[in-house]
Amino acid sequence: MKILVAVKRVIDYNVQIRVKEDNTGVVTDNVKMSTNPPDDNAIEEAVKIKESGKATEVVAVSVGEEKAQETVRKALAVGADRGILIKADGILEPLAVSKLLQKIVEKEKPDLVFMGKQAIDDDCNQTGQMLSALLNWPQATFASKIEIKDKKLEVTREIDEGLETIEINIPAIVTCDLRLNEPRYASLPNIMKAKKKPIEQINASDLGVDISPRIEQIKVEEPPKRKAGIKVKSVAELVQKLKNEAKVI
Amino acid sequence: MSVLLVAEHNNKELKPFTLNAVTAASQMNTDLHAVIIGNNCGDAAKKLSELPLVKKVIQVEAAHYENFVAENFAPVIVKLAEKYSHVICSANTFGKNLMPRIAASLDTSQVSDIIKVISADTFLRPIYAGNAFATVKSKDPKKCITIRPTSFDPCESSGGSAPIEKAEPSEEFNNTKFVKREEIKSDRPELGTARVVVSGGRGMQSGDNFKLITSVADKLNAAIGASRAAVDAGYISNDHQVGQTGKVVVPDLYIAIGISGAIQHLAGMKESKVIVAINKDGEAPIFSVADYGLEADLFEAVPQFIEELNKLNTIQK
Repeated sequence: MKILVAVKRVIDYNVQIRVKEDNTGVVTDNVKMSTNPPDDNAIEEAVKIKESGKATEVVAVSVGEEKAQETVRKALAVGADRGILIKADGILEPLAVSKLLQKIVEKEKPDLVFMGKQAIDDDCNQTGQMLSALLNWPQATFASKIEIKDKKLEVTREIDEGLETIEINIPAIVTCDLRLNEPRYASLPNIMKAKKKPIEQINASDLGVDISPRIEQIKVEEPPKRKAGIKVKSVAELVQKLKNEAKVI
Repeated sequence: MSVLLVAEHNNKELKPFTLNAVTAASQMNTDLHAVIIGNNCGDAAKKLSELPLVKKVIQVEAAHYENFVAENFAPVIVKLAEKYSHVICSANTFGKNLMPRIAASLDTSQVSDIIKVISADTFLRPIYAGNAFATVKSKDPKKCITIRPTSFDPCESSGGSAPIEKAEPSEEFNNTKFVKREEIKSDRPELGTARVVVSGGRGMQSGDNFKLITSVADKLNAAIGASRAAVDAGYISNDHQVGQTGKVVVPDLYIAIGISGAIQHLAGMKESKVIVAINKDGEAPIFSVADYGLEADLFEAVPQFIEELNKLNTIQK
């Protein structure tokens, strides 16, 4: 079984986001970039499945600028066998990314495609579902547990009401929740080894897909600031404020 | 062209956020139709027809719609969408799972989780966990939009009498089978719509200590929330998680206990009207959004808080 894992390079989750003064986006120059957190869970799960003997190859793929190669390289350092970078500049909407990934799926013919359930930059939560639609494959979104049963997967999904379990036939798409597993850190020897693993570079323009944006970003602004609050000295004062000042209890 | 809202329901009743989605959809175009897809969902369809903002209900029924599997829902909505300019639903796990499957089939670039309708094609949406707001304009001929329910008021729920039309179901998608749903039943208000939310974080130290949160919630008739750290640690189940990848809540009062306030948590609660933080670390980022901060050991402060609440006899239900 072959697993393709899609990983995205995003601003690190610990970075305080700053909006550009000209309101065209957020500041990315000299900002720490990392793998989108739930994509780390996706890689981890694929590598664990390979380690259990149920998969033979894990391929990491990313779409983005040249530097997204670092994100692919990181996936190789934690156990992916080889990488693919689809080079494309500018804003990439999930529809465009899923069309590019569809081309890679057609070429690589994986049995499973894993990715994070949502990217923490644009917060769209679309790519996995869109790729499933384009391929007409089953989709298991927001997965917190995956069990492989022959040619099927049993997946536990986190939903608003609690948990849901579905059974899907392979080939399938799974989008991963942060609770799926605990991603490992890359060891130094594995980082060194990853440098020798191959990363195939493909220009998005060679895949014959229209990736031009369909959504015009008119402006990006700071959200309204909350006015500063106060510190209370005691529980009694807190209750008094809530009752008499805020009038919420 | 009219707009099409996808109703969320449990085959008997509408889910509360359907009303918020109707409000948002009606701001895009008042000629609003709603589709309800399910199995024996006549009661819910009738309730949908009673929403005064809904001009027509389309009811699609089949056994394979019983459990709301997106792979079954998408084809029927894609077919109906021929006659509509917009397809709209809530950005909760139902809509997040479903809408992109519809959008890709329509070759539309979806606009997710909008918090404001500026015009029929232009919307405001939070990005980067709400640390920036983007104004975006969809250039696709058909729009697929999910709305953040807590950013729109629920619509009027009675007085309407829209006609209910039946539509043909699509074929079953055989590669996905629903197995089971484990819903956590509670008599408490729902987290997404509660007037008061009391949340615990890693500072609670154990699932057992969450009893303190429960006691405060009992006093205030509140829903119980949690940070991701608390859910990851197994103190409480995932349906309580508030934040960027959990639920977004906008209660009148949000009480954060033992929560440091990572930006991912703030994304889910910082629009609350009044925020209280109880934390022993005076530097915790939660204090930057709190209207009332109490720097104290929660294991001393919370029992006192419960005691003080006991003294009040005016707690609003």
